[in-house]
This record gives sequence, structure tokens and C-alpha cells, in this order.
Amino acid sequence: MSTATVVQERKPSAGGINRTFLWIEIKRMLRNRRTIIFTVFMPAVFFFIFGLSNKDKLLPNGHSYGQYILISLTVYAAMTAATGAGSQVAVERAQGWSRQLRLTPLLPGAYIAVKAMAALTLSLVAVVAQFVIGALAGVTMDAQTWLTAGLVAWLGSLVFAALGLFVGYLMPSQNVMQVLGPALAILAMLGGLFMPIEIMGETFGNIAKFTPAYGIGQLARSPITGEFDWAWIVNVLIWLVIFVAGAAMAFRRDTKRV
Amino acid sequence: MTTASVPAVHAAGLHKSFGKVHAVRGLDLTVQPGEVVAFLGPNGAGKTTTIDMILGLSAPDQGNVSIFGHTPRGAIARGQVAAVMQTGGLLRDISVRETVQLNAAMFDSSRPVDEVLARAGILEIADRKVEKCSGGQQQRLRFAMALVSDPGLLILDEPTTGMDVAGRRDFWTAIRTDAQRGRTVIFATHYLEEADAYADRIVLVRQGSIVADGTAAQIKNLASGRTVKASLPATERGLLAGMPPVEGMEYDGGRLTVRTGDSDAVVRYLLNNTGAHDVEVAANNLEEAFVALTGDDAVPESTSITFEGDLV
Repeated sequence: MSTATVVQERKPSAGGINRTFLWIEIKRMLRNRRTIIFTVFMPAVFFFIFGLSNKDKLLPNGHSYGQYILISLTVYAAMTAATGAGSQVAVERAQGWSRQLRLTPLLPGAYIAVKAMAALTLSLVAVVAQFVIGALAGVTMDAQTWLTAGLVAWLGSLVFAALGLFVGYLMPSQNVMQVLGPALAILAMLGGLFMPIEIMGETFGNIAKFTPAYGIGQLARSPITGEFDWAWIVNVLIWLVIFVAGAAMAFRRDTKRV
Repeated sequence: MTTASVPAVHAAGLHKSFGKVHAVRGLDLTVQPGEVVAFLGPNGAGKTTTIDMILGLSAPDQGNVSIFGHTPRGAIARGQVAAVMQTGGLLRDISVRETVQLNAAMFDSSRPVDEVLARAGILEIADRKVEKCSGGQQQRLRFAMALVSDPGLLILDEPTTGMDVAGRRDFWTAIRTDAQRGRTVIFATHYLEEADAYADRIVLVRQGSIVADGTAAQIKNLASGRTVKASLPATERGLLAGMPPVEGMEYDGGRLTVRTGDSDAVVRYLLNNTGAHDVEVAANNLEEAFVALTGDDAVPESTSITFEGDLV
């Protein structure tokens, strides 16, 4: 009998999804000052600039401007947080960490799963921070609205975690967020997160409906608008599929090359 | 159950090209458990490419690799092989201890974190951020990470590049102490002194293939052998005709100088058949062998030289 048959595989349970891994990932994100600026500070500033002065006004469609802008900026904060977290794979690739991980039994799928969980943790921080700031500034909503809007903003950020991973695997840059930051602002604007789509004009309004932040924004605001359209769900799912497929392809290309 | 049956590394007929560059050309290598092997060659000899293929980080164009009888990926899944890479592989924004904790979390069982930190000599800087560590400290951190799974085989790729003399010595002391526990070690280097001082066996690579394989003494002997000097009465010069074939011979003022690949035979002949006295045998140093074997006018790659027998 040879020694080869004696040694058992030592793959970590759940392929490497464990508390230590997740906790260190979360600590890394929360320690990163730039991440916190993008995900908590900037949306808060936007809220004070655009939301606070008009918070008691009514929109042309009859809804409270304060509620509208708070929920929209919360979606923006969550999507920035999740994209930023996902895009950190670019930094890890640049530092050779992804290569190092390939010398361990960690399963690639587990790595992606932990990244997604860390992204969701950060976007949860963003959602809660935004809501606390909004509540302190005097925006009032019923419990149902806080909860539904918060859940949609939070879980919807998974779409953008996938976008972050996708871009993170495509770009070798250490400063991937310098590209993604402005791109996200444009997507947020087109998705009606900075101003109501109704005031964008017909052309932009039509384009907006096909952009990735639109569906999540509409769904998150549905408790205050009272509207619902299956097309919003379709929008979210299609962009999720596009970004996950893109991330999977870029990931495969990356592991083949290294 | 026998332990000698499965080599730590068995690589057969490895080829790898990058575009037009044929980086590795038909490389065969077998390393037995417990050996400490230096993979010695000039920059660009194909050392890192070979190591990447052994670790399964890149696939060979031809040939195959097994580690303890498994594929590289299978050996990694069993925690049987770990590597200390030349650069990279560290996250700058976490501490030394967190780095090892994170690496340990990738295995179902691992050595205690503080134990491997202590063995790598970095327990006292465990709370330091990786980005604040010196090159030598980062290298020891990579070593600590490699110890986490207690692997049977440790591969180091140019581990002391950029370290100062003291750092290099400390690093090798830690590696050497560790290897005494029976771990198999393969290290790539272009420092001759490192190969000479720390390896049981030296594998000399040039242009993607192995040009020599043996102990440091055997490799030194290989290029131009040894120099034998002896005092010989002038009247006995005629007896030198019966000498075994040698590479060069000079006789000047009663002193004989012989360059040979087989100094034992020369000395034996001189002592048995002549009145030679004050015999000296000097080994050529490894650097001469290295230059002779890896230079542009070196041994053609088809005539690789290996030594049979126990090399450990």
C-alpha cells in the first residue's frame, strides 16, 4: 500500500465558507476608510443637500419628496457598498492573494459566496446608516415601509455585488472604484435614484427603464407609491443574470491565465 | 505500508511555452521524501515556470506532475504541499496574525496559529499590519502560512530575494530547522551559496532543462573536477604516462599539477606507483561549476548528467 492512499482530503467544511474567513473579510471592509466614505458618508451628504431642504414638499405625483429621496439614496448607498465590496477582488488579484488561495483547498465557489456575504454585510450597514440619518433628519414612514424598502435596497444590492465581482475580475487595477464610482453615479441617475424619472423627459425616461438600478429603485419605493409592475422584477433578474454570468466568465478566464 | 514507495515529487517530460519562448523543455524530476533540493539556475532558466507546473498553478503543454502520488490539485486538497512564493500573495490591510488565521481557515485542520508564527520567528510582530512589515518579515509570514497545513512538501521560489545577509541567514536557519523534522523541501535559487549551504542535492537548470543533478560536491566536481598537486622527483616523470586519462597536467620545478574529473584515481595512481608526496586535492568551487554548466558555451542540453545512488 502506498502513502498516497492514506492521506485524506482536508477540504474545509462548506468548501471554506466559515466564520473566520467571513469575519476577517468584514473587518477589512469596515477598516477601509474609502469604503465607508463611498457607502455611508457620500449618500448622507447627498441626502442633506438634495433631500433635507425639500423633505416636506410633495412630488408632482403626490408623494413626499423626503421619503422618495431617502429610499432612493438608500438604494444608491447599498448598491455602492455592494459594488465596492465585490470589486475588491481586483485588489486581491493585484496583490497575488487569489493565486495564494489557489494553494489552499478553498473552493472557488466558496470564495465567491464569502465575497457575496461580505458585500451583503456592508450594504446592510449602508442601509441602516442611511435610514438612521433619515429618521434623525425627520423623515417619517410607517414600520412596514421602512422594512420593505430596507429589505429591497439590501437584497437588491446583490445585483451590484455581482457587478463588482465582474469588473473586479476584468480590471487589474488597484483603483477599480475610481472607475466604478462615477459609473455607479450615472447608473443611479438613470435609475431614478437622484431625481424622479418623470422629470427626465421622454427619451431618458425610456432609456432609464432598461438600466440596472431602475427596477430595484421602483420596488424599494413601491410602499410609498403604492405601485407595482412585474417589469421591475424582470429588470432586476435580468441584470442579476447578466452580471453573475459576466463574473463567472471573467473568473474562469482569470483562473486559467494565472 | 511503506513510506519509500511514493516520491514527494514526480515530474515527467514537462514542456511549457509562452508564445515563441520555450521556457521548459522536457524536464524530468523525482524528489524523494525528506530530501532538501536546490533548484539552481540563472534567471530565466525556467525555475518559476517549473514550480508553477509542480504546484498546478499552470498546466504543462506536455508531461505530467504528481505530488505524493496525487495530482497537484489533489495534493493541495490534502494539505500535502505548500509554497513560499517570491512576491505577492499577501493582503496588505490585515495583520500578520490575521493572515495566518485566514490561511488556516481554508483547511479543515491546521497547526495552531501562534505555533507557526513562533516557528517562523514572527510571533512578536503578530499584530503588525502586513504593509508595515519588511521584506524579510513578509517572507517569514509566507513561510508561516506554508506551515499552517503541516505539509509534507514545501516549495520555495527564490525565497530570499531582496533580503539582507542577516535576514537571509535567519530565514534559512528557520527553514533548515524545519527540514530536520523530515519535511521535503525544494527551493529555487540563483544564489550559489544558498544551494551549496542548505541543499542535500542540487538540480542545475539551464534553458528549461536539467543539466546536472547531484550533491554540491558532485556538481563542483562536474565542471572541471578537482585539482591534484603533488611533489614528484624529476626522475619519475616518465611514470606519468601510465596515469588514468586527465584533463590537464603541468610539471614545474618538482611540483606536479593535475586537473581531473576523477581525483581519487589520480591520487591512487600517484601514491601506488610513484614516489609522489605532499599530495593536495582542491575542489573547484561551485561558482566555477555553475558558470561552466550554465554559460552559453556550456554542456549541450542533450547530455544532462545525473548521479546514481543515494544522494541524501
